[in-house]
Amino acid sequence: MTFPILSVIIFSPIVAALIILLMPADRKTEIRVMALMTAAFALILSLWVYLNYDQTLAGYQFVEKYDWMPDFGISLHLGVDGISTPLLLLTGVVMFTGVIISWGIEDRPREFFAFLFLLASGVFGVFVALDLFMLFFFYEIAVFPMYLLIAIWGWVETREYAAMKLTLYLFIGSVIALLGALAMYFQSGLGTFDMLLLETANFSPEFQKIWFLPIFLGFAVLGGIWPFHNWSPDGHVAAPTAVSMFHAGVLMKLGAFAALRVGIMLLPLGAVFWAPLILMLATVNVVYGAFIAMIQTDLKYMIGFSSVSHMGLVMLGFATLTEQGMTGAGVQMFSHGVMTALFFAATGMVYDRAHTRQIPELGGMIKPLPWVGVAFIVGGLVSMGMPGFSGFVAEFPIFMGVWQVKPWVAILAVISIVITAAYIMLAIRRTFFGEMPKELEGHITPITAIDKVVLVLLSGLMIGLGMFPSIMVPMVQTGVQNVLRILGGA
Amino acid sequence: MDFLYNHLLSIILFFPALAAVLIIFLPSGEDKLARWVAFIASLVPFALTLVLWTSFDATNAGTYQFEESYVWYSTINSNFHIGVDGISLSMVLLTTLLTPLAILASFGIKEKVKAYMMLFLFLEMGMLGVFLSMDLLIFFVFWEIGLVPMYFLINQWGSENRNYASLKFMIYTVGGSLGLLLAIQLLGVLFGTYDIAAITEGWTALTSGTVMGMPVATVKTITFWAFVVAFAIKVPVWPFHTWLPDAHTEAPVAGSMILAGVLLKLGAYGFIRLVLPLYPAESAHFAGWLAFLAVMAIVFGAFGAYGQWDFKRLVAYSSVNHMGFVLLGIAAAAKAYGTESAHIAMNGAILQMFNHGISAAAMFFLVGVIYDRTHTRDLKKYGGLFPLIPVFGGMLIFASMSSLGLPGLNGFVSEFLVVRGAWPIMTGFTVAAMLGLLFTGAYILKGVKNVLHGPLNEEWAHGDHKISDINFREVVVMLPLMILMLSLGLAPAWLLSVINNAVTALF
Repeated sequence: MTFPILSVIIFSPIVAALIILLMPADRKTEIRVMALMTAAFALILSLWVYLNYDQTLAGYQFVEKYDWMPDFGISLHLGVDGISTPLLLLTGVVMFTGVIISWGIEDRPREFFAFLFLLASGVFGVFVALDLFMLFFFYEIAVFPMYLLIAIWGWVETREYAAMKLTLYLFIGSVIALLGALAMYFQSGLGTFDMLLLETANFSPEFQKIWFLPIFLGFAVLGGIWPFHNWSPDGHVAAPTAVSMFHAGVLMKLGAFAALRVGIMLLPLGAVFWAPLILMLATVNVVYGAFIAMIQTDLKYMIGFSSVSHMGLVMLGFATLTEQGMTGAGVQMFSHGVMTALFFAATGMVYDRAHTRQIPELGGMIKPLPWVGVAFIVGGLVSMGMPGFSGFVAEFPIFMGVWQVKPWVAILAVISIVITAAYIMLAIRRTFFGEMPKELEGHITPITAIDKVVLVLLSGLMIGLGMFPSIMVPMVQTGVQNVLRILGGA
Repeated sequence: MDFLYNHLLSIILFFPALAAVLIIFLPSGEDKLARWVAFIASLVPFALTLVLWTSFDATNAGTYQFEESYVWYSTINSNFHIGVDGISLSMVLLTTLLTPLAILASFGIKEKVKAYMMLFLFLEMGMLGVFLSMDLLIFFVFWEIGLVPMYFLINQWGSENRNYASLKFMIYTVGGSLGLLLAIQLLGVLFGTYDIAAITEGWTALTSGTVMGMPVATVKTITFWAFVVAFAIKVPVWPFHTWLPDAHTEAPVAGSMILAGVLLKLGAYGFIRLVLPLYPAESAHFAGWLAFLAVMAIVFGAFGAYGQWDFKRLVAYSSVNHMGFVLLGIAAAAKAYGTESAHIAMNGAILQMFNHGISAAAMFFLVGVIYDRTHTRDLKKYGGLFPLIPVFGGMLIFASMSSLGLPGLNGFVSEFLVVRGAWPIMTGFTVAAMLGLLFTGAYILKGVKNVLHGPLNEEWAHGDHKISDINFREVVVMLPLMILMLSLGLAPAWLLSVINNAVTALF
């Protein structure tokens, strides 16, 4: 038997969380070191999976299957394909950098890291689950710690409100999706939750048309689809830095990914039927998100709404149901994940020193914080889709896909690029250049060496992918080809 | 040596970027070291370009040479495909020549020297990439990537109003390239490739039927204007020029040199390399409109320049005026595709690109030199400086005459060729453009007169503000430019033969 690497990736954070909880609360340094080691372990394993995924074979790899409740057709069935492998790596990266960023948390770090790891476990689980029940199981595991992480360690002003709003939105979404899952379970008559089997269930077109929308939208709530997006910026703002990184970097991808895996792949006819509607909603996301981001004065709100805009591109790519569009969407999930993680990390570093995120109250930060400034600029360039960075590599095929379906949508959506350029450039200038306000002078301490690791790692990934798209895109493409096979066969 | 020859273009293209990365790792505070590393590093692509020039087969200047192709983005079938023909070779020479001079001109920069030099070298890579690309997507990548260093150069090292100017520059150019981006995507989707040659062949052959549910002719017209607007903003053509005076005025001296010297040529190059080959019929059809815009640029550019009292703004508007001739030549060539007059006009346009690159860089540099000493660009505050700074004065007159189009200097040759080529094709516009030349003389002389002649402003003659003549480093910057102005004015054949062979083969 081969080494069960996916199970180890999923469950090692839970085990680590338990160990951390057993450690004495006042041994903060040991707790942090333990957390960092766990995260490094997960990062290395996910990188190993990424490097060893065989693109020529494609399909699901590193598959594991254990019976869990055989009477109900539930099994722990795990595997990764070309779409989920980059997301696994993304989760590893965000987890590792998130732990480093949280090094300075003094308020109950033990519980903080335990919850963070529970969240990471859930996220890993969703990306590798091939069983519908397990997917929901991990999905809820990922959403639940979010509530506590925001409500306890969040920004004092809005944390209760934001945590509540976020959790309610996501629970309602997932309950609706769960209804759909149960409907599929009974309708198929196969007596299984295994998604690979359900793919072959040949649901009737009427059934697919009825259930696609609730399932897709139920998950897409977490992906921030308009008009169900407005929990997301509130959540970003209220969350502590590492949680914002997780939230925008990975959690939103969870929604998009599950919408693809369960919605599009299990109900392909429904997807074809409803694709024009999804396309419209996603277009609103892209354009409206950009405009709203432009008028924000709080850095975190600005990034939050820019996430809404960028996640719209992911949905847009999916909704084209074309190879290029969906491949672009897959890459965009990775690119956007790294980008927002970087944005929130950089914003957090500024906030920790200046104690404000209001753009008008900031200025001249590049002098005391040159690394943060440069990293923020790199993130900004990715965000505006500048060629040579990962955003371009992801967005370009999405637009090519849109051209093949609805040319006017491409023309409309492209407006977001110039809007994004405007607000990003303004934010960079007002935050990092110009005069530093008098009251901040002397308070801006330099960042530590490990903070630099975070900035360099995240920026490097985006530049590397931007210059050499072949390190990731062909892999995503193999996964998309599988999706298209299902769509074509339906 | 084989390796060098087989990868000559890649090395020229990426050497500046490598040097920029190296500069990041230089110890901070060592400004002098950073300056010299950047200067010497920028000489390497120039030296390699000379190697390229000598090994280039000028008789076959119409075919791409030194081609290299690597798979870049297999999913959408875009390759890293580069090569040079006679047209791009002359532009590469211009770029690699002006960059070291601009870096040398920036030795006076005191703040954040490392970052400045780094951005400059990245800028050089972006510009070279546009001229070398044979793949539409790669073209777009380099087209956009050059914006970033330029934005920061203006925003960080510019003068008072730099924030406004840099954002305007950014929004204008990003906004302008949206249409280009969409058009490129459309072509890529249609043909499943981004290879410029393949797309050109397929696109020109496509004359009937529908594309994306619309008649081909409509789609072609729309995308034609998308290309034209993107490039026209960069050139800049009236009425898309308003970003330029602001950007020029606020940019640091060397930034202006490169902006006027090379960046504006990217737009004209786009017309020559993409618009005309991809849209021969549309270009011919709309040639009258392009010529109209060109004449407006020539006339209004000249009026605009004459109306300025800010010396740098005056030179900036002169760019609009001179680039108008480039567009006029292109429009004429588009209208009479394949005729001898069209070839002459196109030759003139390309030579004018090169010439304007040299003279605009020189003019901006001289404005920078005098600003450096007086800290004002207000023409009313100079006056009668010739006796105080005779060497500078001589150089200013020399460069001005080149800009004005004095026979014997470079500007005359190219403007004459444009006018000679355009005359039989579109006589009315040509006459109007030549009338515009009168005003060129007027604003140039206005600049020279207010700086060098008239009553002496005593402020610069004595005391703290006593003005000093151009120094050795600055002379070193000017000398190559002046030698080129003179040699291209007297014997332009060495450059023109390469351009002409390419033009006759391509158009």
